[in-house]
Amino acid sequence: MSQKLIDLVRAKFGDAVLGSHATGGDATVLVARENLVDIMTFLRDDPRFAMQQLIDVTGVDYSEFPVEARSACSPVDAGHKSGLTSSTLPRFEVVYHLLSLTLRHRLRVKVAVSLEDLTVPSLSGVWLAAAFGERETWDMYGVRFSGLSDHRRILLYEEFEGHPLRKDYPLRGYQPLVSLPSLSDYTDQETYR
Amino acid sequence: MSATTSPASGFASSGLTASGLSAAQSLKASADRSGDLMTINMGPSHPATHGTVKFVLTLDGEMVRDVDIHIGYLHRGFEKMAEQGTWQQVLPYTDRLNYVSPMVNNVGYVMAVEKLMGIEATPRTQYIRMLISEISRITDHFTGLAAGALELGGFTPFLYGVQAREGLYPIVEELTGARLTTSYTRIGGLRADLPDDYEAHVMKALDEALALLSKMDKLLTKNRIFYDRMIGTGQLSQQDAIDSGCTGIMLRCTGVDWDLRKHQPYLKYDEMDFDVIIGHQGDNYDRYLCRFEEIHQSYSIIKQIFQKMPKGPIDIDDWKVCLPPKDAVYNSIEGMIAHFKLVIDGHQVPPGEIYAAVEGGNGEVGFYAVSQGNGRPYRIHVRPPCFYAMGILKKLIVGHFLSDIVPTFDTLNMIGGEVDR
Repeated sequence: MSQKLIDLVRAKFGDAVLGSHATGGDATVLVARENLVDIMTFLRDDPRFAMQQLIDVTGVDYSEFPVEARSACSPVDAGHKSGLTSSTLPRFEVVYHLLSLTLRHRLRVKVAVSLEDLTVPSLSGVWLAAAFGERETWDMYGVRFSGLSDHRRILLYEEFEGHPLRKDYPLRGYQPLVSLPSLSDYTDQETYR
Repeated sequence: MSATTSPASGFASSGLTASGLSAAQSLKASADRSGDLMTINMGPSHPATHGTVKFVLTLDGEMVRDVDIHIGYLHRGFEKMAEQGTWQQVLPYTDRLNYVSPMVNNVGYVMAVEKLMGIEATPRTQYIRMLISEISRITDHFTGLAAGALELGGFTPFLYGVQAREGLYPIVEELTGARLTTSYTRIGGLRADLPDDYEAHVMKALDEALALLSKMDKLLTKNRIFYDRMIGTGQLSQQDAIDSGCTGIMLRCTGVDWDLRKHQPYLKYDEMDFDVIIGHQGDNYDRYLCRFEEIHQSYSIIKQIFQKMPKGPIDIDDWKVCLPPKDAVYNSIEGMIAHFKLVIDGHQVPPGEIYAAVEGGNGEVGFYAVSQGNGRPYRIHVRPPCFYAMGILKKLIVGHFLSDIVPTFDTLNMIGGEVDR
C-alpha cells in the first residue's frame, strides 16, 4: 500500500523526488523544494491520491543528528541528479502529513532546506490548514514560507528572540523583557483592520 | 415537549434549524448599517470561555467584523522538553497535553514509539488501552458539555456534568493513582494490570454518569434558550472543515463519516461494534449532539471491552522494552542489568521517523517522532486536533454576533494544553 503510493509519486514526478522510505508503513517522499506546490496540488486533486486533508506541518532540525543515521529518516536515491546524498542534505526539513478521507491512506512529504536559504513555498493556497501549521514552523524553526499572508509568530510573542526548537537554541537564558501590549498596538496595525 | 427526548431523535428532525437560520440572517441584515468600529479585547482569561485564548475583536455594534485570535498562552515548550530525556520520560508530559483526557495522549505516544520499534503490545494491554481511551473520551465530552452549558448560563447542567466527571475520576485514580496526571502506559505495556473488581467499579460509575447525562439532556437539548443560541450559530461547511484540517467532532458535525477508530482502526477497535456519530448542519447544536451521543457509544464500547478482554500478560516479554519483574531485579544479575540499562540508557529505538495517530476527545491526536538510534528522542511533535480547529475559528466568528462566540468556542472545546504545548 505505502510502496504503491511512493511508486505513483515517483512515476509522475521523476527527479523531483529525491528519495523515499516506508518505515513502519508510513509512506514518505523527500521532494525538491521547487516542485513542492505542484506535487501537493497534484496529490490533492489526483483521484489516486485524493489527499483532502493536510493533517500537520512541522519541521526538524537535523544539525545534531548522527550523519550516518540520516538515511534512515531521509534516504536519497543513489546517483540522484541533484548530486545530494543523505549525508549532504541541508540542515532543516519541513514535514507535511497528508491524509485521504476517501481512500484512507496517508503520505508524508518532506522538503530539505538549508539555514542560508530557509524559505519554502507556502501551501496556504492548497489547504487552509497550512496557514496555521506554517506559522508554527516559522515560530519554532524560523522557516520562511513565501506566499503566506499572515506570517506572525503563533505560540510565542513577536518580541521573542530566536527559534526555540532549533538545536542550537540555548536551554538556559533569558528573553528580553517587553511591555504588555495595549489595545492601540492592535488597532494601529494594518492586519487588524 | 415530551418528557424524555433521546438526542438521536434531535438529529433526525431536520426542521429544527429553519427558524434559527432565518433569525441569524435577519439579524445580519439589520446590522448592515455601518457605524463606528470598536476594537475590544476578549480574554485571555475570559469567564465565558473555557480555554486560555485572546480574541481581539473589531465590533460594529454587536456584530463581529474582524477577529484576531491569539493562542499560545499555555505554551511551555513540550516539544523542547521531550528532546531532553529518555523515551519513557516524555510520557508524563503527554498527560499535560489534553488534561481532560490524559490517557488518550498516553496511549498515542507509546503507540508511536512502539510502531517505530516494531513491537506490538499484548492483546490484554491493547484492550486496556482501549478501555482507558474510552473512559478518557467520556470525561472529555462531559467537560465540554458541562462547561459549554455553564458559559451559556446553565449552572445546573454544569454541576451535573462535573459531578458525572468527578464520579469517573475515582476509577481513573484507582487505576493510575492520579486523577489527571495519569502516566499510565509504558512502552510495551502498562504501569499495572487492572485492580480487582474493576469492571464493577467502572460500570457503577458509568451508570451514575449516564443518569446525570440524561438529566443534562432533559435540561438542555430541548431548552428554548439553549436551543436558540446553538442552532445555526458557528456553522461550519464541510469543505472548510476538510480543508482546514479539522478532525473529530469538528469534522463529523459537518457530515463527514470519519473516525480513526472505525476507518483506520488501531488497537482492537476493529472488533468493536459502534456507530460513528455524524451531524448534518455543522453548527453548534450538531456538535453538542455529536458529543452527547458519543458518550453513549463509548459506554457501549466499554461494555464490549469487558466482555471480550482476554486474560494474559500486560508487558511484552522482552527486558529491553519492559522493566523486568522485581523478583528478577533483586535476585539476578541479568535482571539488575536490564533494569539499570532501561532506566539509565532508555529504550534503544532504531533510527527513523514515525507518525501514529489516535482518535482523541477532540479529534486526531498524532505523534511524530524522530529517533537518532539511541535512548533519547531526537524530535517529538504533537499534532493537536484543536490547533487546526482554531485555524478555522475566525471564519465561524466573523459576521456573527459577539454573543455567538461563546457557544462556538465552547463546542470547539479548545484545550489550551494541547493547542499551545
